[in-house]
Amino acid sequence: MYVAVKGGEKAIEAAHRLLAEARRGDPGVPELSLAQIEGQLSLAVDRVMAEGSVYDRELAALAIKQARGDLIEAIFLLRAYRTTLPRLAVSEAIDTAKANLRRRISATFKDLPGGQILGPTFDYTHRLLDFSLVAESEGTVALPPPPAETGPMPRVTTLLGDQGLIEPNPPEASEAGDLTRDPLAFPADRAVRLQNLARGDEGFLLSLGYSTQRGYGRNHPFAGEIRIGDVEIEIVPPELGFPVVIGEITFTECEMVNQFKGSANAPPQFTRGYGLVFGEGERKAMAMALVDRALRAEELGEEVTAPAQDQEFVLYHSDNVEASGFTQHLKLPHYVDFQAELNLIRRMRAESSEPQTEAAE
Amino acid sequence: MSDAVPTGNGGYNFAYLDEQTKRMIRRAILKAVAIPGYQVPFASREMPLPYGWGTGGIQVTASIIGRGDTLKVIDQGADDTTNAVSIRHFFERTAGVATTEQTVAASIIQTRHRIPETPLQEGQIIVYQVPIPEPLRWIEPREAETRKMHALAEYGPMYVRLYEDIAQFGQVTTAYDYPVVVNGRYLMRPSPIPKFDNPKMDMSPALQLFGAGREKRIYAVPPYTSVKSLDFSDHPFTIERWEQRCAICGADDSFLDEVVTDDQGGRMFVCSDTDYCRSRQTGQAAE
Repeated sequence: MYVAVKGGEKAIEAAHRLLAEARRGDPGVPELSLAQIEGQLSLAVDRVMAEGSVYDRELAALAIKQARGDLIEAIFLLRAYRTTLPRLAVSEAIDTAKANLRRRISATFKDLPGGQILGPTFDYTHRLLDFSLVAESEGTVALPPPPAETGPMPRVTTLLGDQGLIEPNPPEASEAGDLTRDPLAFPADRAVRLQNLARGDEGFLLSLGYSTQRGYGRNHPFAGEIRIGDVEIEIVPPELGFPVVIGEITFTECEMVNQFKGSANAPPQFTRGYGLVFGEGERKAMAMALVDRALRAEELGEEVTAPAQDQEFVLYHSDNVEASGFTQHLKLPHYVDFQAELNLIRRMRAESSEPQTEAAE
Repeated sequence: MSDAVPTGNGGYNFAYLDEQTKRMIRRAILKAVAIPGYQVPFASREMPLPYGWGTGGIQVTASIIGRGDTLKVIDQGADDTTNAVSIRHFFERTAGVATTEQTVAASIIQTRHRIPETPLQEGQIIVYQVPIPEPLRWIEPREAETRKMHALAEYGPMYVRLYEDIAQFGQVTTAYDYPVVVNGRYLMRPSPIPKFDNPKMDMSPALQLFGAGREKRIYAVPPYTSVKSLDFSDHPFTIERWEQRCAICGADDSFLDEVVTDDQGGRMFVCSDTDYCRSRQTGQAAE
């Protein structure tokens, strides 16, 4: 009787073995290698690195393999590993204007210094299933010639800024906050908000960003510029006192240019929304930029009416590790609370079926 | 891959958390003890168990546990529910401490949804897993607002809610996580324990610590501190009673779980606290 719902020890152990078997799948099919995941499921790896907030392709591939391809589970695995790592240094701010770009597009200018580079994008593919991939006998693809040397690629926002048409970038904070070391407090400053969004769930940000486009906190965005490229990370070891390169990361950056009618203390000018993620994650970077701009409503003197403009709503619900855990904790036993509710509802039903003498008085 | 990748189960510190993190959490705990019932924000870590599974309680336990401790973990009052088993294994694996199912033998008890029936003693610590720490949350969703309400001890809206319950249903319709006032000052959520357990918190000789991992809050009730369940003088706080006794040990003073035994409406009632039930059975056998 009673044992059916308790005695979990053996059940857990058996479940873990079943999980291991399910993860492996048909043993007659060769096992996935981390190199295959890293190389051929690279966008999955990118998402796990971005939301897991660890830049390590191999660890992300391992997490994806262990999680049977469940990316949120993989993100969780990576986060739980990351949290145990020591914090050795804070890097210098990266300068994406100096990055080695493989994609750079602007929706605001037909041409601009440095030109537009499409790079490896799904954008203009026809979404027709390519049955030639079934055969697993792909030859090598003939690469297009590399783009001609284009010279420097100044940011669109810099070009607009030179004419005073867009608000200046905010002065650099002396040191950005870190919400993995200090719990969120409200109001949260922009650097902390951006950190939260960079770790936030792509689907959540996508829907919120989309909601601003549909009128819930509309902010009239233009994709000023989207860049995907590689940039070196530098730290300044205190014993050296000068920057040293410790590695290179791939990033996706989106700078939205948003209309702004001006306020009592600001002239009409364009405003900014910013998105940056590890790896190639254009959808996420764009959504992040929309939401970043929406969250600036209060600072810019706009009325806060929509979910995407509400700091507490956005920042408290963006993290998929938190959301997934708390949603799924409902499957843990709640016998005791349910029993307490059962007792209560029975008592209330008994009382409501008694003759209502008071009502007649 | 970085060289730091551990192999096997190695590579992790005693009780999983690194020492800097433990120090940060201990500081939060000290502050919480100094201000009974006040929610102290802390930089909660991602744990290898999901949020909602007790990450707050696990972090508190991991920060206070030492090699000489004996740990008991219960969920729904029972030591052998799946989540309790999983958390106990976690500490066996990462801290190698002794574990027990006996309330009297434990120095630290981590719990979800119950307080043991056996009264706690001086020197014991009970760690509660807390899903939502803010007692005012269903009245005011905004953290910035609720913090202000606590600062001003502005608890009127909570009394209004209880009053509305009584006006509408003749009684307060909160059966678990029933709000309490600690040390005459802070309104506190006792975590989703049935209100049956609320009186056990009052003037308890044990230290009571509460950890909410996802919400990043720690709070505490020091030993011998008053914990009063909210009520009105004409509608005093009461706890639920059963007409049945435990079908196994015959207890009439413990919280009973209802177990459905067939599809004909058959039911039995048994102690939710498995240790209490077992110790009563052994006691009876010895007589």
